[in-house]
Order: sequence, then C-alpha cells, then structure tokens
Amino acid sequence: MNKPSYHINNLRELEAESIHIIREVAAEFENPVMLYSIGKDSSVMVRLAEKAFYPGKVPFPLMHIDSKWKFSEMTAFRDKYAKEMGWNLIVHYNKKAFEEGVGPYTHGSKVHTDVMKTQALLEGLNKYKFDAAFGGARRDEEKSRAKERIYSFRDKFHQWDPKNQRPELWDIYNAKVQKGESIRVFPISNWTELDIWQYIRLENIPIVPLYYAKMRLVVNVDGNFILVDDDRMPKEMAAKAEMRMIRFRTLGCYPLTGAIESEADTIEKIVEEMMTVTKSERTTRVIDFDQEASMEQKKREGYF
Amino acid sequence: MEITEFLDQDQKKDLLRLLTAGSVDDGKSTLIGRLLFDSKKLYEDQLSALERDSKREGHAGEEIDYALLLDGLKAEREQGITIDVAYRYFSTAKRKFIIADTPGHEQYTRNMVTGASTANLAIILIDARKGVITQTKRHTFLVSLLGIKHVALAVNKMDLMDYSEEAYNKICDDYKEFITPLGIPDIRFFPMSALKGENVVDLSDKMPWYHGKSMLEYLETIHITSDRNFEDFRFPVQYVVRPGHDYRGFAGKVSSGIVKQGDDIMVLPSGITSRIKEIVTYDDSPSYAFPPQSVTLTLENEVDVSRGDMLVHPSNLPIISRHFEAMLVWMDEKPMDLNTQFLIKHTTNNTKARIDSINHMVNINTLENFDAKTFQLNEIGNVTLTTAKPLFFDAYKKNRQTGAFILIDPRTHHTVAVGMIIDKTSAHQTHRITEVELQKVANGELLIDPVQKEKRFNQKAHTLWITGLHGSGKNELAYTLYRELFQQGATIILLDGKSVRAGLSRELDYSPSDRAEHLRRVAHMCRLLNDQGMLVICSFVSPDNAVREQIAEIIGPNKFHLIYLKANLDFCISNDQYGIYEKANRGEIQHIPGIDMQYDIPQNTQLTLNAMEKSHQAETVFQYLEKNNIYPAS
Repeated sequence: MNKPSYHINNLRELEAESIHIIREVAAEFENPVMLYSIGKDSSVMVRLAEKAFYPGKVPFPLMHIDSKWKFSEMTAFRDKYAKEMGWNLIVHYNKKAFEEGVGPYTHGSKVHTDVMKTQALLEGLNKYKFDAAFGGARRDEEKSRAKERIYSFRDKFHQWDPKNQRPELWDIYNAKVQKGESIRVFPISNWTELDIWQYIRLENIPIVPLYYAKMRLVVNVDGNFILVDDDRMPKEMAAKAEMRMIRFRTLGCYPLTGAIESEADTIEKIVEEMMTVTKSERTTRVIDFDQEASMEQKKREGYF
Repeated sequence: MEITEFLDQDQKKDLLRLLTAGSVDDGKSTLIGRLLFDSKKLYEDQLSALERDSKREGHAGEEIDYALLLDGLKAEREQGITIDVAYRYFSTAKRKFIIADTPGHEQYTRNMVTGASTANLAIILIDARKGVITQTKRHTFLVSLLGIKHVALAVNKMDLMDYSEEAYNKICDDYKEFITPLGIPDIRFFPMSALKGENVVDLSDKMPWYHGKSMLEYLETIHITSDRNFEDFRFPVQYVVRPGHDYRGFAGKVSSGIVKQGDDIMVLPSGITSRIKEIVTYDDSPSYAFPPQSVTLTLENEVDVSRGDMLVHPSNLPIISRHFEAMLVWMDEKPMDLNTQFLIKHTTNNTKARIDSINHMVNINTLENFDAKTFQLNEIGNVTLTTAKPLFFDAYKKNRQTGAFILIDPRTHHTVAVGMIIDKTSAHQTHRITEVELQKVANGELLIDPVQKEKRFNQKAHTLWITGLHGSGKNELAYTLYRELFQQGATIILLDGKSVRAGLSRELDYSPSDRAEHLRRVAHMCRLLNDQGMLVICSFVSPDNAVREQIAEIIGPNKFHLIYLKANLDFCISNDQYGIYEKANRGEIQHIPGIDMQYDIPQNTQLTLNAMEKSHQAETVFQYLEKNNIYPAS
C-alpha cells in the first residue's frame, strides 16, 4: 500500500470549506434557499451542494430571480438542467413590473436593476419566508465584496450594514436571527474567478455556451459588445450589429452585459485566458458604472 | 509542456492563508499591492513562456498606486484608511494565497483577531525608521494568542535608512527579545523596501549583506501541512444524511487526526462504540480522510448519532467537561454583563454558558496582567466558564478546531466574544518536546534561554569573586551582600571556604595542589549556577594568580567579577576570628598565605576595596552592580 498523503490542493481545500458552510446552513436554518443565477459561479455552487449531501438529495430549493431580460440561451440552459438533474427550482419574477413593461432600454439600467432584480429578489425571499439565502458571490469579484462575511446578516428590510457586521472567526458561524431577519450566505467567498474555471474543468460542470468564444452578432456600445439576443433591442441600435469572435465572462441581463473579444472556445483556453487577464470581470457589467461605489449602494439596499 | 499539462500541474498547488498587520504608514498596502500585482506578472511570464510566439505586453515602467487598487468601502475611502478585514487573493506557479488584510489601529483589535483566526502565517510590518513600537508588540501578541505558528517580520522602508545592516540588526534583536516568551515556533526577518520592490518579489542588490529569501519566495516555499493536527481524530457531526430508511451517513469536517475505514470509533457524549464502515464522498470512497476534508461517515451498527455529537477514537479522547478556562476577546461595543447567560457555539454544538470568574485581564501593550470586573470592547482576559451541557474539547494550543468557541448575546444575537480554551492541566503537565529541543537536551543545553532567565530574575547570572587574605573581612562582606541583595529581590547563592570544605571538598587540605582542586570545583559549581540564572557570591582566599585565571576561564571571563579586599597582614591578624594565624605561627598548620606561602596581589580586579573601610565596601559593590546592570538588570 502506498504511504498515505495528507496533502490537500487548493481547489479541494476550497471545496471542503464550501461544503462545510453549506451543511452548517442546512443544519441550523429552518428554511434556506440557494439563489441560482444560471452563471458559472452558481453552477459550481450547485455542484458543491450536491456533493455536500451525497448520497442524499439537496435539502433545500434553488430559486432563480428572472429579470425577464436574461440571455435566451441562459433560460434554455436553466430549464434543461433543472429537469435533467431533478432540481427543486423556483423561478420568481416581478410580475407587476414585467406587465408594466419595465426594461433597461425604456427605464434605464438603474431602474431596471432595482425593480427587476433587487425588488424581485426581496419579493421572492418574503413570499417563501426564507431565513437564509445562498449566493454565489466571491470576494475577489468586487472591492466592497472583499470585506463581506461568509454569513452576511440582513435586517428585516434585507439591508446590509457594512459598519456593523458580526465578527466571524475560524469556521464557527453565528446562525442566530430574530424572526423576519435573515442571512445571505456566500459559500464560495474564497474562490477566485480562476478557481471557478479550474474547478469547472476538473469537475466537468456544464455551463451556458455563451461562456465559450464563437462568432456572434454584437453591437459595440462604448467599448462593450452587446449581444443582439432578441428583437427587444432598439432598431437603430441593432442596425449597427456586426459579427465578432466573442465570449462572456459574466452573464446577466443581455443589454447590460458586455462580451469580450476572445478566441477561447474550450475550457482549457478559458483557464489560460484567466491566468493572464488583467482586467476585473466586473468591468463587463455595465450596471456597475452607474454611480460611484454602486455595488456597495446596491448591497446596502438588499441586493446581493 | 502542453497547456493541459500546465493546468493539471497548476491546480495541484496548495493554499496558504496569511495575515498582514501594520499601520497605514508602514507601507502595508504597498507591500500587498506588490505581492498581488508583481507576482501576477511573474506568473504570466511563466505561462507565456510556454507559447513560442507569445505576445509580451510591457508592464515595466507602469506607475501603479498599489494602495488605491486595494481600497475598499466608500466610507473608508473618505477616511483614507482600511477599517475592516479585507480578503485578497493571488496565485503564483507554486502556491495560491489568501491575504487577510487587517488594520493596525487599537480599536480594531477585533478585526485583527478575526483575520488571524484562519491564517497559517502572519506578516508583521515595521517601519525601519521607528523600529519595534507598541503596535508591533500588540500585533505579535494577538498573532500568538490566535495560535499562528509562522511570523515574518517585514522591516520596511530600508531605503530611508540607507539600507543599514546595523539598523536592521538592532530591530531584529529588539524584536527577538520581545517575542521569545510568546513561544511562536517560527520567526523570520526580512529587510525590505515595498515602495521600491526590494526583497519583496526579487532580491535587492542594495542589501548585499542579506542572504535570505525574498518575501515572496519565502511565502511560496514555507512548509505548512505539518501545522495541522494529524494525531487526535475529532469529527464533529454536522448533518445526518438520510437518502433512504436504512441509510444513515454522518456528514462533517475532519477537524483533526486521521480516520480510516475499519477504525474503531466512539460517539460522544453517549460513549457507544462502533466501527467505520465507509468513508463516503460524491467522487469516491477513500480508505482514509484527514483534515480539513469534508466527508460523510457510515458506521457498521445502527447507532444513534445526531448533530453536535463527536466521533473520536476510543483510545484518544478529548476533554469532556462543563467547566474550562479560556482566553476571551471581547468583540462587542457593549461591555460584558456578567449576569448574562450567553449562547455558546463550539464546533457543531450550541448550548448556554455563564462566566464564573474573570481571573485576570491582559494589557496587550505591556503583556502585564491586571484585575477587572468586566470586559470592554477589544479587551482580552482569562475567564472560567460553565456550560449547560458538557462540551468535547482540546486545548486551543493543541487543536485550533476543538479549542475555539464564540459567545453570542441571547438578546441581540451579536457575536460578543470569542474564546480559546486553555488546557487546565497544562501548568502541571510537561509539554511535548520538539525536535530542536531534543537536540539541545542531547547537548546538555537548557530549554530556557538566558534572556528569559535574565528577565525572570531581573539579574545577570554572574559570579562575584571576593579574594583576600585570611582575616581581611571577605565573609563579612559576602554575607552582608547576600542579605542586602536577597532583601532587594535578587536570587543568589553564596559559597565560602568553610561551607564548601565541610562537604564537597572534605578530603582536601590547604596545600597548593589541593587548594587548586578545591577552587576548580567551586568554579565549576559557579558556572552551573550561573547557567541556571543564579547570581553567585564567592568568598575564597584564592591566593594564586594562575588559579584565579583558571577560575575566570571556567566561569567565563565576562561573567567573572574579581573583588579584592586589600589589607595588610597586621590588620588581618588582629581581625582573625578563627585563630588561623596563631596556629600557623605555632607551626600547627601549614600553607597559610602571608605566613609560609605567597599571596599574589591581583592585578586585573573589577573592584579593589580597602579592608579597613568596612562601612563603604557593600555600598561600592551595589553601585558597581547597578552600573553594570548586573543587579537589577533593567
């Protein structure tokens, strides 16, 4: 027999940490939910949840907050995998605002994001009375996230107070909340974008094809390549569309998410691209430029 | 190498979590910025070297404000300081790193403790112009309190000190003196200029006298796997997995120790024993599991196990008790109310706890203990607690996982305090001996170093050797010194001819050869006593110059202080209380200096005292001791 090795590599260590967090929440909260955005981080998070309870089933539902402006490939991917994997998936959207026709082209990115994402999220959480919600946010994504706890406490109004966070030591998490209060849990806090890609490669996790480079029809809007995803894009804008070899680093609402020019059409090429990339992935998110420190602002208001 | 091979290799690297501590002005943000951004360039270069026609983008000459890149929240930006723990991530070809960046201000001890709790290693920054300051000591204490085993002292801004080796050495010496009693096993020193990138990623040619590694190389190569406890198997059950009626898997993280398929185990608190049937993971069924893996265990028999229980080996149990002592750090704005029934979370257990007593508080600036009736924010102290049900724990020093807990306020639900359990019996138990110590034992070297002894006894362990003719008043002086020094608090041993000859040198007479042997024995005794921290006063005629030189050699010339009591023979004869001169004159005894053998007048004395001026002698010696920091040492 070989001499046993007690060495653990960084991905397996991160995996073990995330599984520990997911199990703690499942054990200590009455009604947790995992927020599923269809993106690469969510895909990793869901796999970690499946691992955490194997051979049992994931003991909480997934919830997708649908802004109704997601890429059509995302929605197709979501419906396919939810069915194949037997997920208990809730899809929630802001029905009233959708019927009123709220969208980024007519109302601007700020109003759209607030109504169709933040408000929809709060509505969904309140509707099912979830006391803990997993999110796939990572600390390396954005400056204000670097200081986020793993258990992020939210008051009755789902607000985050960065000045009054609970101390969080070792792997001992304070799960005490009063009725109506909740926590957001970030089990992949310590993962970087590169880790996510390496793990997807290692584990063969299915992802939305938009992450792979392909010739696609896009419009160049101030340096952001916006995909012509459906006919809701204003005609004068769509008229400027051209074919480009592009891929997406992050996925959200198609009018608010910029693609990057890339040749990376395999997972290996994506990982390689990540290793040498110098720009933050958030630079492809148009919504972050709305106002100074906008992510922090949104988090205070209850967004992830 | 193919890209797939490179990627396979890359994901095998391990993870190092480190803490950085220092104030805004020490250049901490610049150091972190360098590590983050300069190492990325290195990494990219290694990767692009794989491809023949790689496009090399020029980074050189880019002016980067590292501090700005790291800045976080809006409120902090306005104040221009970091106020919380911020986590940063970077990778090299050898390792992945997570930095917990914590601020240096006193009011944020809480954040530093938070960052330290998960760190393997701490970088403590010092501004070379300021040296070791109170803040440095505070940070170091917190690092040792949280059980970090590796400390790297970054002596920054060497460029502003003209890269002076002397200045650097002085800072290292000051730091060593302070850190020794804290018992941190691994301490390294780095002279650097973060601003100029010297000794951060690359070695600098400005400090050719420095022969160590650059900070990054050290971080990439330091061995940390063995810091984990692989000896004491502890498995706090987190969750019971029940996919079907007949299957029960116990999910949890291996806190410490190794578990193998087929191992006999015991369930705490029930004490029921069983055997490991299978180690289950989503990917496979490994034959063993180790920390920090998250696995699921199944048992051979149907045993009642639920969350909060702990699986252990029956031959290696943790402490099972409702009472324990701990170091507590108060984290809440509101001071402690001793009447509160706190909620305590320890491993996967939740119960209630009450503080029985505050044993003492620690002043983190001076490390002195003091008494207090309550805890305020950021205060640290030793307490005794009682819990509503027994906990299964180990001392924090032995096991960071099972020795830590948090206290939660039952009303506000804030995490108000965090604690580290102290092994109650540790004061009476011998600690396990380390490899380095074992070598010392083999060499006959003591395990407490002289600096610590000097501090404890507040004295230099030297020998005061009083020489002079019979009747010159040596013993009178020696016994007076002993009484006075004892009363002042010194720890002293007195040796004189009469007492040593009564036993140890019983078979020896006064002939020159026997005198030499007698004094050789005394000198070796002095050396042993000095080694153990004792201040020794000797009172011996010791007439022979060569013998006195030999004594000085044995004791060590820098520890040997010769005091000569100068007296003429007439005075000595009149002062002779033992009648030695009378006997010698009658021919009853021989070899008496001044009568039938020579007394060599000492040339190289530290003090020469006039035998007739008895009233001044002791005072002169005290002045001498004080002036040379022999007693008191500080």
